Amino acid sequence: MYFLYLIVAILAAILLVVAGITVAKLVAPRSFNPQKGEPYECGIPTHGRSWVQFKVGYYLFAILFLMFDIETVFLFPWAVVAAEVGTYALVSVSFFLFILILGLAYAWKKGALEWK
Amino acid sequence: MTLDYYNLEPLLMYIHTSLCGVMPEWLALTLEGVVVGVIILLLYVILAIVMIYMERKVCAAFQCRIGPNRVGGKGGLLQVPADVLKMLTKEIIKLKNADNFLYNLAPFLVILASVLTFSCLPWNKGGEILHMNIGIFFILAVSSIGILGILLAGWSSNSKYSLIGAMRSGAMIISYELSIGICVLTMVVMSGTMDIQMIVSNQANGWNIFKGHIPAIAAFIIYLIAGNAEANRGPFDLAEAEQELTAGYHTEYSGLHFGFFYLAEYLNLFITAGIATTLFLGGWMPLHIAGLEGFNAVMDYIPGVVWFLGKTFFIVFLLMWIRWTFPRLRIDQVLTLEWKYLMPTSLVVLLLMTVCKIYGLTF
Repeated sequence: MYFLYLIVAILAAILLVVAGITVAKLVAPRSFNPQKGEPYECGIPTHGRSWVQFKVGYYLFAILFLMFDIETVFLFPWAVVAAEVGTYALVSVSFFLFILILGLAYAWKKGALEWK
Repeated sequence: MTLDYYNLEPLLMYIHTSLCGVMPEWLALTLEGVVVGVIILLLYVILAIVMIYMERKVCAAFQCRIGPNRVGGKGGLLQVPADVLKMLTKEIIKLKNADNFLYNLAPFLVILASVLTFSCLPWNKGGEILHMNIGIFFILAVSSIGILGILLAGWSSNSKYSLIGAMRSGAMIISYELSIGICVLTMVVMSGTMDIQMIVSNQANGWNIFKGHIPAIAAFIIYLIAGNAEANRGPFDLAEAEQELTAGYHTEYSGLHFGFFYLAEYLNLFITAGIATTLFLGGWMPLHIAGLEGFNAVMDYIPGVVWFLGKTFFIVFLLMWIRWTFPRLRIDQVLTLEWKYLMPTSLVVLLLMTVCKIYGLTF
């Protein structure tokens, strides 16, 4: 049953944007000026392209994120049954988390968490 | 439990059966689907308008101003609808050097993420639109689509402000998603289920924040901080720091294109508060104080949706308070706060919660 409503919600989201843009295109005035298509940089002509090589620091955090996000995904099934399984669940997840925290500590020690 | 007065499930079942009585089932389902879709959109837009009005008034109050007070009589009630109409009549410009496909795709992704998460919120008993047994997991999964929209918007605009804004936003949102995930995990351990309605109904004998005492309160605070960052709001609004980046990732968007980002931003705030309400403050459960039977009975007469909205808007108010009180952080401070403080703390909180749950230390 929820599958129907999932499709309905997706369609509703798409419809909202499509309808909004269509109405705006119909209602809004239009004027043509080559200056309008320029990137906005406070009036100064753009220097070069904007699709440039970017600071690598962001990439480092993205990699760290990947590791911990997958960890969270793995922990979800465990979390549902943790209370039923009892001490065994606690001990097993402690090993799992210990290895991950070791990884975080290593990244910390290596200076991956510093913003340079 | 007197809560059954307001259970919507029998009513919805009754509507479904009587519709199936007068027409074939596929037609009834289609009709229901259309009605549900219209309800989602109406709620979405109305809530956005309410939130924007509230933000302007709250912001004005914190800055000792009056706020909107001209349009629509006393209190400027029609200011935001007027703004929406104005935005509708603004031209959607076409950029010369932008990647047009991605540029137009970005608002879809942002709105899609927030509409899907929005549909999962439990408004009342039997009153949520998407009811899944993995509800909270689904919310975490689809809310990550939004960041894709933000990154695409920044990258495809071919503007340096947009690019910097999107990158900052991306780094920040993915980082804080970890804390949110772990805080949600804490509450999943506490409830033993991922079904949102089950999480709420498990709180019938006390809200999670009271039942889970220290770890739950710690998780709640971490969730609020991380949720504020997820919604891209101050003190974490460095992605759209107007003094340095104009408007961040949506600098190049005009008219209603920009409006969709704005809409999604406010709805994300509501969704963050709604999830906090569901997980920690008992969702649509009324406030009960053990021993005061008369008080509890009176509280039971207030419908669940009123409780849900009341708690959610309380948290929204808290988050707005934080936004208009604290100065903005720098990107390195933001990342340090998450990776060196919130992340390790939330892992410890998760372990603490597990210990409490397994050895029966919760109430």
